[in-house]
Amino acid sequence: MKILVFAEQRDNCYKKTAFEVSQAASKIAAKLNSEVIALTIGENISSIAPQLGNYGIKKVIVVNEPRLKNYSTSAFTSIVNQIVEKENVSVIFLPASSMGKDLAPCLSAKLNAGVASDCTQLKVEDGKIIATRPVFSGKGFLDLEITSEKKIFTLRPNVFTISQTTTELATVEEFKPQLEEKNFSTIVTEVKQSSSKKDVTEADIIVTGGRGLKSPENFAMIEKLADTLGAAVGASRAVVDAGWRPHDEQVGQTGKTVSPSLYIAVAVSGAVQHMAGMSTSKYIVAINKDKDAPIFSIADYGIIGDAFEIVPAMIEEINKLK
Amino acid sequence: MKILVCVNHVPDTTTKVNVASDNISLDVNGVNFILNPYDDFAIEEALKTKEKFGGEVVVVSLGGDSHKETLRKSLAMGCDRAVLLKDSYSRDSFSIAFAISEFAKSYSPEIIFIGKQSIDYDNSQMCGLIATFLGWQSVSVVVKFAIEGNSVIAEREIEGGHEIVSAKLPAVIAAQKGLNEPRYPSLKGIMESKRKPIEEINPEQCANKINVLRMRKPTAKQKGKIVGTDISAVPELIKLLHEEAKVI
Ligand SMILES: Cc1cc2nc3c(=O)[nH]c(=O)nc-3n(C[C@H](O)[C@H](O)[C@H](O)COP(=O)(O)OP(=O)(O)OC[C@H]3O[C@@H](n4cnc5c(N)ncnc54)[C@H](O)[C@@H]3O)c2cc1C
Ligand SMILES: Nc1ncnc2c1ncn2[C@@H]1O[C@H](COP(=O)(O)O)[C@@H](O)[C@H]1O
Repeated sequence: MKILVFAEQRDNCYKKTAFEVSQAASKIAAKLNSEVIALTIGENISSIAPQLGNYGIKKVIVVNEPRLKNYSTSAFTSIVNQIVEKENVSVIFLPASSMGKDLAPCLSAKLNAGVASDCTQLKVEDGKIIATRPVFSGKGFLDLEITSEKKIFTLRPNVFTISQTTTELATVEEFKPQLEEKNFSTIVTEVKQSSSKKDVTEADIIVTGGRGLKSPENFAMIEKLADTLGAAVGASRAVVDAGWRPHDEQVGQTGKTVSPSLYIAVAVSGAVQHMAGMSTSKYIVAINKDKDAPIFSIADYGIIGDAFEIVPAMIEEINKLK
Repeated sequence: MKILVCVNHVPDTTTKVNVASDNISLDVNGVNFILNPYDDFAIEEALKTKEKFGGEVVVVSLGGDSHKETLRKSLAMGCDRAVLLKDSYSRDSFSIAFAISEFAKSYSPEIIFIGKQSIDYDNSQMCGLIATFLGWQSVSVVVKFAIEGNSVIAEREIEGGHEIVSAKLPAVIAAQKGLNEPRYPSLKGIMESKRKPIEEINPEQCANKINVLRMRKPTAKQKGKIVGTDISAVPELIKLLHEEAKVI
């Protein structure tokens, strides 16, 4: 049984999820006594591939193809499919990123493979991979197995923590896929970066501001706290709907699902739809002046008090650590 | 243009989740079901596309009789016809997508709109599955959409930005919030929707590929620690984050 890791890169850099998925898959492979290889697709990416060896990958197959500088659902699906056939792969791990979530169901239909989406835990029981995944916006969890011959798992970013276990480098093997005109029926013609700022789904620390901040100007203090911590700024839907912050910062059911090591919620009440997007964060801090705010029910640490006094004091205190 | 839109009937967002006695599914007692929020955007985009190019919008849902409620709402918003692929058996994404794509083959639409995610099982799989079963293109998490010639030009959300995607028709488009402002059903629409029939069809069967072993509630977090009730608690909070949690 061979395992394939889809190691995502953008702009010739691995995403952190590439390491997370590599290491998680290597652990599963060790328990199943099976081989694990990785695949990276891009324009000119052979030089980044060896580092996956640090996370347990022995061999990386790279596809260098000028037409694939950007993502293409149709071409990527075809390439993964070709690798699965060539290498006789039976299990595929992808990140539950925008790319991985787009690709997984296309592969599912092509390969007759079941998909466990957005897994937060994996284990092996009786030689089977058992995945845990949140459902009903994190208000429930399913433990499941995939019964089809081929199996696909997408892993929620930031949940599978990485530790560089070796300094070994992976061997790199180049693969020239068969690509026809029709494989480029869907192409990305342009990537628009919203700004140079960090995206909440990739951040290790998030500082989120809510309606209790009263005006968009008051987010300056949230941005400052975020800068001090090297964190991304998040927002509740109330402040996004009010036009104070852009939608790509929204955390929650209709926004993004995040899982940072530290989530600081400032003047956010903690509506179920908000908690749906951040309840799997490792540590949650709540700053709220209402002692009954629901956010305190899932916070590890809380201060009941006025954000306008507490946030500046936090910035000062954190600066003392430096 | 023949347009198909897929809708799901899901527990509303404030639902208290309890596990049913079978230990693998949701206890639906007292749960209020709604049209999946992302499907509102899919319906709106389908209706706008029809307004632009003419044709008809057919709405389809796979599920039990309760899904008729959601189909009625879709009709009230302006969809022309509704189809229920009637099945009470609990299918996984693969099986639902297979049945929908078989139905799509018989109706042969030129475009299919769906939501980016059902807020029940949060799978986000339908878009790629249906498209691939049909041999079509797919664009997921779409926040901007236009048809130019025989292609779709769409914008999809990615981490820290957007991708502009060009996809050949026919295609499946999965709507994300921000794509449009869904209309409210008009009084006339609501009246008419009551008179319109909902066609019932037996969906094609397809075995599940997922076996759910158990469903459980999240383990309750240990009661968090209130570090203090004013600014004097800040040094202690930062110390805890630094030394106990080791996250800063
Ligand atoms: C279908 C649906 C989907 C939704 N999706 C999302 C989603 O994705 N994300 C999301 O966030 N919401 C979502 N919501 C909205 C959600 O229900 C809440 O309305 C929203 O999260 C509230 O935002 P808030 O906490 O900023 O505001 P509020 O609920 O108004 O809370 C403000 C908080 O600030 C506190 N406060 C006020 N002043 C101060 C001060 N000086 N210092 C400290 N604290 C102070 C108050 O005590 C209060 O707790 C959704 C709702 C629905 C129906
Ligand atoms: N049972 C169903 N019947 C019809 N459409 C569905 C069904 N389940 C999901 N969908 C559609 O597929 C989208 C994505 O769902 P999912 O992939 O399950 O997260 C939803 O927003 C619906 O548009």
